[in-house]
Amino acid sequence: MIESLSDLAMPITAGILLGGLYAVVALGFSLVFGVMKLINVAHGDFVILGSYLAFAALTGIDLDPFLSLVFILPLVLVIGFLVQKYLLNRAMAISADAPVIICLGFSLMLANMFQMIWSPLSRGLTTSYSLTSYNIGGLAIQLIYLLDLIIALAVMLALREFLRRTYLGKAIVAASQDRTAAEMMGINTNKMYAYAFAIAMACAALAGVLVGLTFPFSPTSGVPFLIIAFGVVILGGLGSMVGTLIGGIVFGLAQTLGGFYFGVAAQMFVAYVMVLVILGIRPQGIFGR
Amino acid sequence: MSEESLLKVNHVDVFYGSLQVLWDVSLTVRAGEIVALIGSNSSGKSTLLRTISGFLRPSNGNIEFKGKRIEAMNPYQIVALGISQVPEGRRIFPDMTVSDNLVIGSYNHGARSKREGNLKDVYMRFPILGLRRNQLAKTLSGGEQQMLAIGRGLMGEPKIMLLDEMSLGLAPLIVDELYRTLREIRERGITILFVEQNARRSLKEADRAYIIKSGRIVLSGRAAELREEDEIQKAYFGV
Repeated sequence: MIESLSDLAMPITAGILLGGLYAVVALGFSLVFGVMKLINVAHGDFVILGSYLAFAALTGIDLDPFLSLVFILPLVLVIGFLVQKYLLNRAMAISADAPVIICLGFSLMLANMFQMIWSPLSRGLTTSYSLTSYNIGGLAIQLIYLLDLIIALAVMLALREFLRRTYLGKAIVAASQDRTAAEMMGINTNKMYAYAFAIAMACAALAGVLVGLTFPFSPTSGVPFLIIAFGVVILGGLGSMVGTLIGGIVFGLAQTLGGFYFGVAAQMFVAYVMVLVILGIRPQGIFGR
Repeated sequence: MSEESLLKVNHVDVFYGSLQVLWDVSLTVRAGEIVALIGSNSSGKSTLLRTISGFLRPSNGNIEFKGKRIEAMNPYQIVALGISQVPEGRRIFPDMTVSDNLVIGSYNHGARSKREGNLKDVYMRFPILGLRRNQLAKTLSGGEQQMLAIGRGLMGEPKIMLLDEMSLGLAPLIVDELYRTLREIRERGITILFVEQNARRSLKEADRAYIIKSGRIVLSGRAAELREEDEIQKAYFGV
């Protein structure tokens, strides 16, 4: 029953690389919840929106998914800003449930829109490098998985530095810790929320491009990624970039190792059990405050 | 000292829903003054500050700052005009460092260019903050947090500072220190309106004072004169 380390090397490596992707998927979700205490149940669908937009660019004008981000990111930044400013800010002023209901509405709208435009068929972002694989230390590691991790790290670092070093970033952090006090500093907290949601949407879209390159996706793929985002945030805790990364990796490892020991059918189950266990032992997450 | 009013509250009524909490409240603060607003718990004193800051709207009356009507403005807009509030309970940002708390105090565009100079000033005035500049604000003691809240208020280059129950829960020695700071701040040309429960101490520090009780201004005048009115003090405060 004791596998040699080299047998485990594959699932462990895959788990870590996948973990990077999961961390980026969770990033926007974590930001919105951390700043506005808003649970965006449409988050997974916004991720898949990124996948579909890249798919449209790829099949329509043969544009590489990474290049299509040049168009996708500004678009979702603006959409996210407007959604928070004109819809969600008002909903938040009404009650705690109202914004969740609106996000639920978005989720349904998006999933149905995907089906209407692109049919229920499973899609994927297939590029010249989709199957490229490298031999590193005897393991076959896919380029896409490597890119997922590298880009995940880069985005998380950029976001962390933005929040730490710029006035706007600090204002968003301040608004998340004490809204009233932030207003007393001259900070327009409604506008800060709009910026935060815009950034979260951009992160989701980016995650969507990576997801589309890594897995097949369909109109209903949003919910599984929402659950992953939940899981990562529960595992890693809120308010810490490192926490989100570790949460992603733990989730990824639980999945790949679970699949290794119990079969592919069990892999998500093992990951979810891991989330429940952490929730029971340390509800604020490994790095949570 | 200029005779023109910097801040003028004119006959405001304020409601929480259908419950009236302020009745026909008027108050004036002139440039360069230290004015005290004195009242016990639930006298309406904090409500009045919150109304001046823009978190509440008066249903009657108006508020002027340097002649400009501000009662319908949002809090963040009022701050930009030069009104800085040091709120009840300090409300420092707990999971931000001392230095970040101060830096965010200079968020307003006019104050950003003066940030480094103001930071140096604050650290000089409150050396303990300089020592703890990289610590999370929630790890500071009550007195240190109050200094941080005042320092943060100063970073915004205010014309007037509103302080809500600055001395609450603090040891007398620290309170002395803080009032000394207020006097220095006034020397620098910043006007001060502070809200307190302790009548005796407040009247020692202020130029003029207003006494608020059950949502109404019941007494006002030069602090020196109010200090003499022993009987009235006893009647209103039991001090």
